[in-house]
This record gives sequence, C-alpha cells and structure tokens, in this order.
Amino acid sequence: MMSYTLIIVVLPLLMFLFLGLLGSKMKPVVAGIIGTIGMSAVTLLSWFTAATYFFSVGKVGETFQAIVPINFEWLRFTDKLHIDLGILLDPISVMMLVVITTVSLMVHIYSFGYMKGERGFQRYYALLSLFSFSMLGLVVATNIFQMYIFWELVGVSSYSLIGFYYTKPSAVAASKKAFIVTRFADLFFLIGILLLSFYSGTFSFDALTAPTGSILGKTITDTFMGWSVISWAMMLIFIGGAGKSAMLPFHIWLPDAMEGPTPVSALIHAATMVVAGVFLVARMFPVYYFGAPEVLTIISYIGAATALFAAIVACTQTDIKRVLAFSTISQIAYMITALGVSGYGGHEGLGYMASMFHLFTHAFFKALLFLGAGAVIHAVHSNEMDSMGGLRKYLPITHITFLIACLSISGIPPFSGFFSKDEILVAAFDQNKFVFASLYISAGLTAFYMFRLYYRIFWGNSNKVYKHTPHESPVSMSIPLIFLATLTLVVGMIPFSEFISSDKTVFHTHIEWSIASMSILVGVVGIVLATVMYRKENSLPDKIATTFKVLYTSAYHKFYFDEVWMFVTQKVIFNGISKPIAWFDRHVVDGFMNLQSTATNYVSRKIKFVQSGEIQDYAWAFIMGTVVIISLLIFI
Amino acid sequence: MMSTIPLAAYLILTAIMFFAGVYGFLSRRNMLTILMSLELMLNAADINFVVFNKYLYPGQLDGAFFALFAIGVSAAETAIAIAIIINIYRNIKNIYVDEVSKMKY
Repeated sequence: MMSYTLIIVVLPLLMFLFLGLLGSKMKPVVAGIIGTIGMSAVTLLSWFTAATYFFSVGKVGETFQAIVPINFEWLRFTDKLHIDLGILLDPISVMMLVVITTVSLMVHIYSFGYMKGERGFQRYYALLSLFSFSMLGLVVATNIFQMYIFWELVGVSSYSLIGFYYTKPSAVAASKKAFIVTRFADLFFLIGILLLSFYSGTFSFDALTAPTGSILGKTITDTFMGWSVISWAMMLIFIGGAGKSAMLPFHIWLPDAMEGPTPVSALIHAATMVVAGVFLVARMFPVYYFGAPEVLTIISYIGAATALFAAIVACTQTDIKRVLAFSTISQIAYMITALGVSGYGGHEGLGYMASMFHLFTHAFFKALLFLGAGAVIHAVHSNEMDSMGGLRKYLPITHITFLIACLSISGIPPFSGFFSKDEILVAAFDQNKFVFASLYISAGLTAFYMFRLYYRIFWGNSNKVYKHTPHESPVSMSIPLIFLATLTLVVGMIPFSEFISSDKTVFHTHIEWSIASMSILVGVVGIVLATVMYRKENSLPDKIATTFKVLYTSAYHKFYFDEVWMFVTQKVIFNGISKPIAWFDRHVVDGFMNLQSTATNYVSRKIKFVQSGEIQDYAWAFIMGTVVIISLLIFI
Repeated sequence: MMSTIPLAAYLILTAIMFFAGVYGFLSRRNMLTILMSLELMLNAADINFVVFNKYLYPGQLDGAFFALFAIGVSAAETAIAIAIIINIYRNIKNIYVDEVSKMKY
C-alpha cells in the first residue's frame, strides 16, 4: 500500500546524481529546469500522498494509523537488533513531506532568479536535490538509526550549501562552524541511540513509541546518577536535536550559516533542517512522556530560555538575515517548548499538536521572510539595514508579501502564525506559568523586531538615494513569494487537531479567546512600539540603546555566547586537554618510537665498519669462520 | 706404477695447492692474481675428486666426470671474471681490488 512514496525519496537522489555527475556538461539553466521538474514531481506526489493518507487510507475510525509501505533489513547485529531502511507514513511524517517538498520547490523556482549567473549553478541545484533527499529520508525514517543516517546526510548537505561561495573565507568558516557544532551535538545523539537501543533492544520507532512497546512496557530499573538510563538516553538524544535545531547553547552556528545563499537559508535554516530537532522530539514523544518526563521538563525550560534569548538578540542585529536567523531560533524554541509542556492523548496533548502546527505554519512564513529578504538583498546588494530604507516604492510585491509574513509571525489574526502561536501559548499556560511568561514576552519581542526589520527595510529613510535604482525581482522570484504568502494566509485555517495529535487520535480544539486576546495585545504593542521607533527615522532607538547600554551591548554581541564557546574550546579544552594529550603523544608515544629508531641508528653506525666492502675481508672472515666451525666439530 | 704413490701424497699436494690459493686470494691486490689463486683452489679440488675416485671407487668414473665438468665451469667463470676485470680497468684505470669501492656506499 502506498509504496509509490518510495519515489518521493529516491527521485531527489537520482536528480542529485544526475545533476552532480552530468551537470557541468549542461547549460546552467537546463540543469535548473531538470532539478525543478524533478522537485515538482516529488511535490505533487507528496501532496497526493498527504491527501490519500489524511482523507482515505490513514484514518481508521478516529485514529490515524502508521503505514509502513516499505521496510527492508539493511544491517543485522544480533537476532533482535538490526538496522532497517524503510518508509513510515504517519501524520507528522506526511505533514513534513508536504512542508519539505513545497518549500523546496519554491526555493528551486526562486533560485532561477536569485542565483542567475552564479558560478556553480548546476552544483547548487545538485546540492539542493541532495538536501531534499536527505531531509525526506529523515522524516520517513522507520527507525532511529535510519533517522541518524539521514540526519548526518542533512548535515553534510547543509555544510556544502553554507559553503557554496567557497572562495569567501567567511563562508568557509561558517560552513565549518555549522558542521562542527552540529556534529558535536550529534555525538551525544549517537550515544543516546546506542544507549536506548541497548536497553530496549530495538531501533524501530514502531516498537519504541507504542505505549505498550518494548521500552515502555517493561520497567528498566538501571539508574545512573539519579536518573534512569532511559532518561539519560533521551536527554542525549535531545542534545542531538538541540544541535540541529540551534537551541541554547548550540545556537551559535545558525546566525553564521547565513553566509550561504539566501534561498538555502530559506530552505535549510528556516523551514526544514532546523526543525529536525523538533521532529525528533515529536517522533520520540511517547518515550519522552512515559519514559523520561523530567527530560521533557528540561526541554521546555531550554526552549523557553532560547525563545526569550533569541528574541532579545534579534532586536539588536542589523544584518537582516541575522535578524531572521535569531527569529528562527526563537520560533523553533517555541515548538520545542510546546513539546516540552505537552501531555499525552486528546486535549492533554495540545502542546504536541501546537508544536507541529507551528512547525507547519512557520515553515511557510519563515521561508517567505527569507525569500523576501533575498529579494531585498538582490535589489540593494547588501545585507545591512543601514543601506536600506523606503524600499516599498521600488519593491511592491516583496513589500506586501513581507508584510503578510511579518503579521503572521507576530501573531496577528487571521494570519497563520496567530493560530499556531496561540495554541502554543494555551498549552504553556496550562502547564507552566514561568514558561508561559517567557514565551509571552518573546511573542511581544517577536512582533517588535519583525516590524523593526520591516520598517527599516521598507520605510525608514524614504528619501534614501541608491546608486542603482532598486528594481522588483524577476518573475521567477515573485511567484514563490506570492505562493507562500497565499499559503501563509490560508494554512492557519486548517483544523490541525483533526489530523495531528500526540496519540494519533483526533480531537477538537477551539481558540481560547482569553489567551488569544492577550497574545494579540502583546503583538500589537510590539508593532506599535516598532512603528513609533522606526517608521520614520528618529533618534528614539539610539536614546533607548544608550539608556540600556549594558543590555543593548550584550544583546548586540549575542550575549557573548560565541566568545564563551571560543574561550571554552580555545583556552580550556585546547590548553587543558588537547595540549597535554598532544604533549603525551609527541613526547611519550612518539618519543618511544624515536628512541627505538635512534638506538638502531646508533648501533648500526657503530658496527658498520664490519661491512668494509672489501672482498678479501669477507673472504678472510669466511675462512676463519669455517676454521672455527670445523675445529669445533673436530675437537668437541 | 700409479698405485705406488700413496693417497696421502696427493692429498698433501692438493692441500698445499689449496692453501696457496687461499693465501693468494687473501693477500694479493691485483685482481688477475686473485683470479689465478681462485683457479688454484679449484684445481686442488678437481685433483681431489679424481684421486678419491681412483682410490676409493676404482670401478667408477663419477669423480673424473665431475672434475671435467668443474674445469668447464671454471673456464666459463674465468672468461666472465676477465671480462669484468677489463671493464673495471676501463673505468678506474687499474685492477687493484681495494680501489673498487664505488659501490660501497
């Protein structure tokens, strides 16, 4: 049943191989068209899959069942433990298929205009296909090890796309940073997987997450430092997710990753890859809820802290893509928090549903924001807010679509962000007031910094003189903007709880206007504040910055997280651990080897006179030797 | 008539020949002399073959054949050795064995 979904995963891989191997032989535009056609087919198939799954085959009574069209054994360790590769369709993976393929297709189309004339256009499309393949493989994974494999593939394709402009040193540094930071977190992920599978005897999600399954059904009494081993495993797995999803303190790579081409940022660092951590927690949610509730609490606190932190930092950044990067961190933290405060089953699992809902809506409006920012950058050839202003006259389409996205992320009805954010706030309000307060403040800050961004790009200094008159982007860039703006307008209306819930059983939600009105209020306050400060250029922002100098400066420097990491790695780890190890290696391990070679050398130099090279010496030695041996034979 | 000469006499002769060869081999610098010493040692051995054949196994000829064979071999060997010596002479203008040290290092 539904085995055609294999094409969704395999086709991008074939596109990657085709474009990667033969792309350089084609004209750039041909490679782009081939890539886009392939992606269109995948997108259509995903939509078809989603329609089929949600409306006919998936639903049995009030519950969605998981369908595994394909699953084969790939590697067997023991009788019980084996790694499979396969496709798992359940509400969240089908939803992710739709998100990934839709955004990816938009980015494919958009890149025609944005990347036009770039060197390595074919390589760019090949890498986009590779990324799409890895991400699709990740979401349909049937077991946690398959997920890990694709998780790393996603990391690699992200690395190569961030470093796409590899002649630029900053891009190379950023790609390395992204790869190393996420890889470092993935180490914990791998340890967590091994720990979990060691105790549960399986990798399969099916067995792991069933409430009566192998891990939750049997009591695991082993503990380590006060926590059960399952809690430790789940904590380690979450650290892996935190690395990919840029949670504190692993968020440092995401702002730097903006060195990549803007459509890449839209696809990878806004809509898809960075939500992999959220998806991971959602996928393992029953294990978290039943097996490791204390970890879930930690997750909600980390999420709440990250949301607030990133929102504050975003208010002070001047590079528009970095503002969006911090906004992404903040919004992903929302999703993580929602999972952290969620319960299981029915209305209790509101946070779970809200998280997935926000993931869904955020993917579209954040991709739209990034693509809009790309259009702005395309027009003014700069990332800095200072070189923008008054652009609404020049870029009408970008302006309108950007405004829609800003309203949506600020949580203003009837845009999609309002609905999902409201559900998250409701879920947080029910569970934990502290987390709620943090999210609530972040919501206000979100509205503020998004409109700060909006005003400084499109309003502000309206009489700004540009060297080249900014021009509206080509049609290939406008179409994705308009399409995503339309989606942003409508997807909020989807009754998400009818499709996705923590226990896969549908339930009904309604907007709680008490909390909704609070969230609208704080959003409006943020917008009004931004309007006062940035609508027209004035001295108010500078005054405020001077008043809160310490806060402003530390927020501008991202609360010195990069510096702390640098200190920890360069000073503490390098000097404290690496250098002694290097010393040991150089002086003890190498020293022993060197001693052997030196001794051999010395001895050989001392005895080399024996080898005189004179034949008569040898003959003399030979004869004397013979005489000695014979006399020994005779006389003894 | 031959049987009047005792075996030991032959062996003493060959021993003297052999050690004369050894002495020459070890003490001469000239390669031709060394080659001659080598021939002396070989011939001492050849004589031993024939003598032992004659005295110990009178009905057989194996030792004699072997001696003939060794003479043939040593002739070929000498030809090669002289060819080498000529080549060395062309290269270093003498045939002193201790001067041939180019290959040492």
